[in-house]
Amino acid sequence: MNGVRVLAFGGYQPDKVVTNDDLAKLVDTNDEWIRSRVGIESRRIAADDETVTDMAEAAGAKALAASGLSPDDIDLVIVATCTPETQIPNVAASAAYRLGIKAPGAFDLNAACAGFCYAMSVAADAVRAGSARHVLVIGAEKLSSWIDWTDRSTCIIFADGAGAVIVGPTPEGEPTGIGPVVWGSAGDQAERIAISERNGYLHQDGQAVFRWATTALAPVAAEACARAGVKPEDISAFIPHQANLRIIEPIARKLGIPRERVADDIVHAGNTSSASVPLALARMAEQGRLVPGTPALLLAFGAGLSYAAQVITLP
Amino acid sequence: MTEQEILAGLAEIIDEVAGVPADDVTPEKSFVEDLDIDSLSMVEIAVAAQDKFGVEIPDEQLKDLKTVQDVINFVSKGA
Repeated sequence: MNGVRVLAFGGYQPDKVVTNDDLAKLVDTNDEWIRSRVGIESRRIAADDETVTDMAEAAGAKALAASGLSPDDIDLVIVATCTPETQIPNVAASAAYRLGIKAPGAFDLNAACAGFCYAMSVAADAVRAGSARHVLVIGAEKLSSWIDWTDRSTCIIFADGAGAVIVGPTPEGEPTGIGPVVWGSAGDQAERIAISERNGYLHQDGQAVFRWATTALAPVAAEACARAGVKPEDISAFIPHQANLRIIEPIARKLGIPRERVADDIVHAGNTSSASVPLALARMAEQGRLVPGTPALLLAFGAGLSYAAQVITLP
Repeated sequence: MTEQEILAGLAEIIDEVAGVPADDVTPEKSFVEDLDIDSLSMVEIAVAAQDKFGVEIPDEQLKDLKTVQDVINFVSKGA
């Protein structure tokens, strides 16, 4: 079995910026309320003709460029998404083709907002087991297609975007750079976050989800640290799914991770479901907040309900 | 547990969750109007109070817990 690590990452946000003031024209809300309840100042919404595959391709291209690899080096593409435009074909095969990756293994993975960390784990296992040498892992979502823009409980939160990571082997003799995943689900609460029928709208029981997230997830994250042999206070960057700043901050507090090490991309990205972790990683890098070679904690969670966490060594 | 002990424990929780100094937490104060604590913080406070006092405080109960005294009463009955 080989060691495995993150080689590079990249993020893509659509051009269109939607501010809280823009939303205040659509629904009964205001900038101050949104900032204090969710933490968002602005979010990006994809163009009408911009697809999940378009965004997956854009993020994938950035990660590839950052890695220095050629498309020929990629033999598996996994796209975490719960908002593809079609049931079939999947996003992964099309995005791979557009990126010039020849005939890789390709599949989409739906674990909603936990999807990216699920996909990371599957990618790491594939490299470790020898099923793939380099995996392009993408989180890409167009949640705006599934939102009722007159529902202020959801239209202020959800947004569009994509992020990508390349997973590959570690050089001989070096320690592995992706820790064991801690993942799970709470299917008894499946109805808490749902798109109720085909082409229906996304609904969530915000209070119940808030309660679950602020209670159940810090222990999961702590366990992921333990399994990686790292203490939470030694985590150099905590990158949780950008669901809500009011969820992220209590979890970080419970883990004893100082606020300045916590990703807060939600402020300018909104909640982009499975894109949010890699997008937040890319934002922290842009902000100069990442220290290569140090351990970062990824935690994703959401509809299912589902969750997954792992520690990675920052490239 | 005495009411004084519950108040002290609650004040500690409110300080940690909402940043309100423990000394400002007195029984007659209302969460929303006096302490500027919104419904999300109430959920956090309820969960922390559950852990500290061993009393279940479900989400449905929160709308009836308007003042600090309301929580003290609720916890006293259950503890």
